[in-house]
Amino acid sequence: MSIITEGRSGQKVLLMGNEAIARGAIEGGVKVCAAYPGNPSSEIIGTLAKIGPELDIYVEWSANEKVALEVAAAASFAGIRGLAAMKQNGLNVASDFLFNLNLTGSIGGLVVVVCDDPGAISSTNEEDTRAYAKIGDLPLLEPSTVQEAKSMIPFAFELSEELGLPCLVRSVTRISHARGSVELDDPVPLSRRPHFNTGRPLVNVPALAFHRKLRAKLHRCRDIFETSEFNEYLGPEQPEALIVASGTPGAYAQETLNLLKAEDRVGIIKLGTTWPLPESFLVRQLRRADVILVAEDVDTFLETNLKALCAQKGRELGIKRFLGRGSGTLPDVGEITPDCLTTAVAEILKISYEARPPEYARTAQEAVSRYAPTRQVGFCAGCPHRAAYWCVKTALALDGRDGFLVGDIGCYSLGFGPSGFEQMKTLHSMGSGAGIAGGMGQLARFGFDQPVMTVCGDSTFYHAALPALFNAIYNQANFLMLILDNSATAMTGFQPHPGTGQNAMGRQAPVVDIEAVCRTLGARIEVADPYDLQGTIEAVNRLLVDEKGVKVLILRQLCALVRANRGEKLYQVRVDQERCLGDGCGCNRLCTRVFRCPGLIWDKEKGRAGIDDAICTGCGVCGEICPQSAILTEEI
Amino acid sequence: MLQNKDPINVIITGVGGQGNLFASQILGQMLLQKGYLITIGETLGLSQRGGSVMSHVRASKRETLPPLIPEGLCDLVLALEPIEGLRILGSYGHPDVLTITNTRPIMPMDVLAGQAEYPELEVVLEKMNELSRRVWTVDATDLALKMGDPILANVIMLGALGGLKILPYDVRTFETAIREFFPDDRLTTNLEAFNQGRTSVKAI
Repeated sequence: MSIITEGRSGQKVLLMGNEAIARGAIEGGVKVCAAYPGNPSSEIIGTLAKIGPELDIYVEWSANEKVALEVAAAASFAGIRGLAAMKQNGLNVASDFLFNLNLTGSIGGLVVVVCDDPGAISSTNEEDTRAYAKIGDLPLLEPSTVQEAKSMIPFAFELSEELGLPCLVRSVTRISHARGSVELDDPVPLSRRPHFNTGRPLVNVPALAFHRKLRAKLHRCRDIFETSEFNEYLGPEQPEALIVASGTPGAYAQETLNLLKAEDRVGIIKLGTTWPLPESFLVRQLRRADVILVAEDVDTFLETNLKALCAQKGRELGIKRFLGRGSGTLPDVGEITPDCLTTAVAEILKISYEARPPEYARTAQEAVSRYAPTRQVGFCAGCPHRAAYWCVKTALALDGRDGFLVGDIGCYSLGFGPSGFEQMKTLHSMGSGAGIAGGMGQLARFGFDQPVMTVCGDSTFYHAALPALFNAIYNQANFLMLILDNSATAMTGFQPHPGTGQNAMGRQAPVVDIEAVCRTLGARIEVADPYDLQGTIEAVNRLLVDEKGVKVLILRQLCALVRANRGEKLYQVRVDQERCLGDGCGCNRLCTRVFRCPGLIWDKEKGRAGIDDAICTGCGVCGEICPQSAILTEEI
Repeated sequence: MLQNKDPINVIITGVGGQGNLFASQILGQMLLQKGYLITIGETLGLSQRGGSVMSHVRASKRETLPPLIPEGLCDLVLALEPIEGLRILGSYGHPDVLTITNTRPIMPMDVLAGQAEYPELEVVLEKMNELSRRVWTVDATDLALKMGDPILANVIMLGALGGLKILPYDVRTFETAIREFFPDDRLTTNLEAFNQGRTSVKAI
């Protein structure tokens, strides 16, 4: 039991944005929820998974986002309510289905929550998914607070059923990963038995007829949005300028005006329904001033659409001066912060504003650059990926043919940086490593002579690497695939996946065995333990010289965080400081300078290596790399 | 000191794995009990993998504030790691800010690798002092290690802040908040950690 399941109407509670979305789903009468984990969206389904059984809601971690959307849509097709959640990259994966689903339409309420990551805080891109709403003629809601993130979900379910269309709700990191006071409502009482109406097939042929119907639905949606409570105007009747904002900038705008004491000079049009635009509402509000600052994350979605609207309504609205990310008034990339918004508004109003004395700012920034070395992210202490990349580096050097490794998304992405010895040479999307390796593996016919390796994690294997693997085997590409099987979706918070033997709701599930799958596909398979450096290096070298077809090396070792959380340690590790020769060794501090496990420290006073017992997780790998054998490992 | 200020803006900072986010949640819960509307903005990134973490905790009795504190408005920096505290002062500090810092450094990877220097603690404290109205220190990690678990440093830091009576909460508020997260058997340890912080915070 938790506040998310038990809370009653009127109660005010502190919820994380993603928990608020989960609560909104419960209030909206959801019955089926599905997702593939991806930050900043993971906690939506994570929260629902914990309480699903108690509330009789079905929750699953799907193999990827397209499947997740299909699972949620199936509930809708059977007349009950479904929700799929994903991060921005996930909507790309789901989009092929989405852009046919829009044509057939949905039946039971269907909500797609997509959490974008302006500033790419935990992502490899900062894609703005709002464009999908426009491409797909789908309604789009953008919460600007944690409260709205909750309140918009039940509304989205109602809207979806009213229109017969899936509804997109776009959150961002600053909402999904924020916590805020939220006032709860009661769940809608719905008791529907799912049933698929066989007399009404969902087949969008002929497509044009369905496209026409879709357009009509979008017009109806516009009418509904005209009076939506999620759009409002705040400010004086006749302001000097207007801020049009959606998402978190909509929440920052008021504080910005307070800071600048400009509340009676500037009005705010806060938009929560951003596609289709509520045109009549906007025309009424835009009449108030001719200078318009558009504040939004990340692209100029709103700005561009508003400009089009103003061109269309030129006779009524006259000529407007648009400022925003497009004009350079706000930064071109990254998230909108209260600070950049304040600077922009101050500039427009010609107000001189200093957040702090310039002299102080200079001193403070100097202190940071001089005394606060940056904190690079890297693999955790004892991470098996570090050991795996050490073996890749060593094996490729021994092989001597300028071989390389391509990769994709997961903890192991950090292999591009120093903690993976800079071994990962391409990094794009889920499963892209296997596809690229397959392509490289065809180039020998044109004189390409470098050995190619790819790497993927266990969860990524199921998500998107499998089709690339089929493809490579079918087309007889030549490469070596490393599957780093650490039995966890570690990057996003240890969600179970098809290989873990557990489902989202904590029940036992059949294990889809990666090794058996690869064997059935016909790849040459070996399995090794990355902590056994010598054995793994030999396996890599052995498989690299086999130039026929696809080879798979499964490197199996439990995620070090999982092991540490279980309180397990394989070895007690210590440095024999008599045997360590320090700077006199000639290894040039191989352990701390190159191997870089956070558990290894340099004892400055003694000029010797050491172990930080509070951090070391006892994997014992560093014992294998010391040329003096000065790092001692005792089995526990 | 900030008991009657509205809004209250606190930044809690540290390194991934120090329980930074938990500390911000507890602080939020405590202020919620006192009738504030709370917003917490968390910058996690790849925090679990050794990155810097910061949480903006904002409390107001009048309105729900957005998740980021504007420059110049932070009242207090609670640093679970010294140079992370300094880093926050670099972007959010101003002459009136208050700083409370743990004294135990966590070395960045580049420092371990010999490619960067971690300054002497005295230097960090001196800089903090130059950039803050007042600075207090707590040997939070050392105390936590004595108690048997370094993760308790975050609760010790909250205890230190409680002991200074800067914010409107005390040990009873803390007890009510912590009960939401832990079963009874973890309560005693957490209360002890809170009290350790309360009694061992030092002004510099």
